[in-house]
Amino acid sequence: MSEAASKLEWESGTSRIPFAAYTSDALHRQELERFFYSRHWCYVGLEAEVPNPGDFKRTAVGERSVVLVRDKDGALNVVENVCAHRGMSFCRARHGTLKEFVCPYHQWSYTLKGDLQGVPFRRGVKQGGVVQGGMPADFKPAEHGLTKLKVATRGGVVFASFDHDVEPLEDFLGPAIVPWFDRLFDGRALKILGYNRQRIPGNWKLMQENIKDPYHPGLLHTWFVTFGLWRADNRSQLVMDAHHRHAAMISTRGASGKSEGSEGVTQVSSFKADMQLEDPRFLDIVPEPWWNGPTAVMTTIFPSVILQQQVNSVSTRHIQPDGHGSFDFVWTHFGFADDTPEMTQRRLRQANLFGPAGFVSADDGEVIELSQQGFEQKPFHRTLAELGGREVGDTDHMVTETLIRGMYRYWREVMER
Amino acid sequence: MSDPSPITRPKLDFETYQALLQLYAEYASAVDSGDWDRWPEFFTEVCSYRLVPRENHERGFPLATLAFESQGMLRDRAYGIKETLFHDPYYQRHVVGVPIVRKSEPGRIDCEANYAVFRTKLSELTTVFNVGRTIDVVVSTPAGWKFESRLVIYDSEMIPNSIIYPV
Repeated sequence: MSEAASKLEWESGTSRIPFAAYTSDALHRQELERFFYSRHWCYVGLEAEVPNPGDFKRTAVGERSVVLVRDKDGALNVVENVCAHRGMSFCRARHGTLKEFVCPYHQWSYTLKGDLQGVPFRRGVKQGGVVQGGMPADFKPAEHGLTKLKVATRGGVVFASFDHDVEPLEDFLGPAIVPWFDRLFDGRALKILGYNRQRIPGNWKLMQENIKDPYHPGLLHTWFVTFGLWRADNRSQLVMDAHHRHAAMISTRGASGKSEGSEGVTQVSSFKADMQLEDPRFLDIVPEPWWNGPTAVMTTIFPSVILQQQVNSVSTRHIQPDGHGSFDFVWTHFGFADDTPEMTQRRLRQANLFGPAGFVSADDGEVIELSQQGFEQKPFHRTLAELGGREVGDTDHMVTETLIRGMYRYWREVMER
Repeated sequence: MSDPSPITRPKLDFETYQALLQLYAEYASAVDSGDWDRWPEFFTEVCSYRLVPRENHERGFPLATLAFESQGMLRDRAYGIKETLFHDPYYQRHVVGVPIVRKSEPGRIDCEANYAVFRTKLSELTTVFNVGRTIDVVVSTPAGWKFESRLVIYDSEMIPNSIIYPV
């Protein structure tokens, strides 16, 4: 059992999460090892970001810098951004196209697969007819490649793992989550619309929890409750994989404003009966055939990514931890290659609701920061995640924190091993 | 590139240039004042306000952090700041450079300026919040000079959690 995890005191089950689960560097390092660097697939990007041979994207798995690159034969490779020679983090551009990796320090070069191919002065330098220096005769380039990650793709989404014994991606996602993953990424060509990057001063798990918490959207987010995009009386469903680590929150937009029987959800102070948009194009929502009903599906793939469909706005949100009290949150908004110009415009307009300045999502970063502040000052205390009971299970409503309890059941299984 | 040599750089008469400086200064003053309703008034009814990471701008990606197309959208944002967006309160302070005039014709100026925004949270130190430049189209209207288009391109690679108030 992890020593850091053994110090945590759980009152019972996982409905009361110790604040200390968010405030310890030792625990955080253990989480990186057990969730990000072994036995899990981590998100690294979309195939559409590296469409052509030689295209690369620098990104991160956990706190380790890696490079996703499309090889000359079209295959996708992911290598760690650390030169085998002097450890330099050699790739500085964040994207581009190249034929080989070259570390600027001593010009060691690697193929796009990460194999070492060139070491300057390996066989020494001739001076006055004598060969001086060079690498030892037994130096074997084959033993000194870049660290190669295992790579898997599904529907244009690229995952990588430092652990070459990781289970197949489909098994990792599990049969309960795969259909929701495939609904969004059904193999259609994607079109990248752009990025947003924010640094949130809170523990990375809080972002997973935020998207496993269907309790808050209809309370914190005025736009969601007032315009009926996400509220407690919407038709909805919560599903988890067998380990309870991944989840999908599925919701269908219902009434906006007040309606018969809606008093319970519209009495909340964030509901604004008289609020009307001056420019309703923010919510120019057009249903798409692939939705098959639900207007919002938020999928959390543990530990590294959130897949967003909120009406016509679709994105991936990549979690890149930076110590126990901070993470970078990278949004990649996309559309589909066959989108009409009108649909692209609609996705871009609705993007105003999301991201670090979004009418809806800006709130989430703020509350995460302030939760972290509470944890830091009172690490002996614990949260309460008991809405809907203390058990873990799928539901057909959203008045529950069961997904958070489920995630911590899995967290305890892994961390207390 | 698009930057004409100093010799061919467009000249504005003093009165127009002074009006332009005044517009920039008043915009900064307004967005730092906390009176969010003043912000939409700096724009024409049909307008473009886009807050864009430099990365998206330079790579030709259309996504903006915020993208508004009318004074109505700007007023919706002002309402959001006041009424719907939960956020930790903060002060912001713009420091705006002298505008470069790229092009001018009667009633219309294409210009740019560098800016830095500092953020001060209550009980905290002041930090650099967001840094970049604006690429603007300013037009003369019966109500004075207004922004027809304001493209705010920020260098800052990471947004420090969130952007609530207008830049």
